[in-house]
Amino acid sequence: MTDKKQDLIDQKLQDLNNDGVDRRGFLKCMAWAGTGLVWTMSGGIPKSRAFAKTADHSAVKGADFTFVQISDSHIGFNKPANPDVTATLQTAINKINAMPQKPDFIIHTGDLSQLSKPSEFDTLDQVLRGASAKQVYFVPGEHDMLTDNGEQYLQRYGKGTKGAGWYSFDHKGVHFVGLVNVANLKAGGMGSLGHEQLEWFEDDLKGRPASTPIVLFAHIPLWTIYPEWGWGTDDSEQALSYVKRFGSVTVLNGHIHQIMQKVEGKVSFHTAMSTAFPQPAPGTAPSAGPMKVPADQLQRVLGITDVNYLVSGRSLAVVDSPLGDSGASSAGGGGSTSGS
Amino acid sequence: MKRNSFWGASFTASVIIAIVLLVWGSPSVAANDQPSAAIAVVKIDNFVFGPQTLTVPVGTTVTWTNKDDIPHTTVSTDGVFKSKVMDTDEQFSYTFTKAGTYSYYCSVHPKMTGKVVVQ
Repeated sequence: MTDKKQDLIDQKLQDLNNDGVDRRGFLKCMAWAGTGLVWTMSGGIPKSRAFAKTADHSAVKGADFTFVQISDSHIGFNKPANPDVTATLQTAINKINAMPQKPDFIIHTGDLSQLSKPSEFDTLDQVLRGASAKQVYFVPGEHDMLTDNGEQYLQRYGKGTKGAGWYSFDHKGVHFVGLVNVANLKAGGMGSLGHEQLEWFEDDLKGRPASTPIVLFAHIPLWTIYPEWGWGTDDSEQALSYVKRFGSVTVLNGHIHQIMQKVEGKVSFHTAMSTAFPQPAPGTAPSAGPMKVPADQLQRVLGITDVNYLVSGRSLAVVDSPLGDSGASSAGGGGSTSGS
Repeated sequence: MKRNSFWGASFTASVIIAIVLLVWGSPSVAANDQPSAAIAVVKIDNFVFGPQTLTVPVGTTVTWTNKDDIPHTTVSTDGVFKSKVMDTDEQFSYTFTKAGTYSYYCSVHPKMTGKVVVQ
């Protein structure tokens, strides 16, 4: 079973290589949705492997703290790909509440709503109130800033933030930075951080020891996954140049509704599944629109990401789990990324 | 409530435009292979504005219709016009009263770009 999974992962790596995604020598990519994925780093050597129920949970057990990333809830979306996105968000919350170690907080990487409607934000708030972790950190997705340049988003979720909603905070020795790359997008471009935010970001990191673990989170990927679909951020290179001196950098993104991982030096990139609907693997469909999957398979391609931080052992584990978890390890990865 | 009445009005207007097109607009486009004198349409489908470049005479009202399951906008690069967010099947219209080339994009998905050439 493990071999079969490894084959699947290798196949995905191969596919990505052929797609030209892996274009810089030492880049490693993994596209996969359907079961789980553990990412560990120890002594600066990152490793990815499939997450199975039989997998070694030591990194999880000894974690100093855990947090969960959820993304792309698109509350208000009601089309055939998933007519009840509130229910699948609720399932995600139930999954979080069932975790053996209560997460310290939740990070939502944007697209809370489908159309930035107050009622959609209200519903999201209501569902999130049921989570065991009461602290939720947000960054906006483009769907959250549709009507009023993000004013409403800022009022609800951006108190105390700068500019379009960027901010940083520290938690048990880890420095977290929430970046906004969905505001003031330029014709023909991809995601954008903008000059003002970049300046703030550079300043925010100043004086922090290089040993401080850094976690960046933003909606659109901060690495170029597929420019044809705008899956990248035009000025992310500059942002990433500011974190080069740090020994451990983790970048968490949403937007593309599927898991992708890349490790580049000491920086690991990770995108999360959506809690609402899957999107096709890069280039496998005419557009990045919602991918329709049979109802009984939907929960395999939606999910949450929990991150276990093991400060003492210099380890970090990212575990993605689909909402429909029963028999996940034998689900064979679902083949969902190629099922468009 | 305000939003609803806006979209209601917009929907009514779009139905009228559609009827006008059905009765009169489309056949004339097909017959002459020329843009209709007063009305033209751009369809947003699969994250693409179609046609990407539309050439029309001065005075033409262009209507964009979103056929995707994902919301889009139509925003002039030079700030000439800006739609509200169009959800599935919603529309936006703008009447071009001056000759020129009008570039526009979707502010939600800025890779989506298009052009209206008004002659």
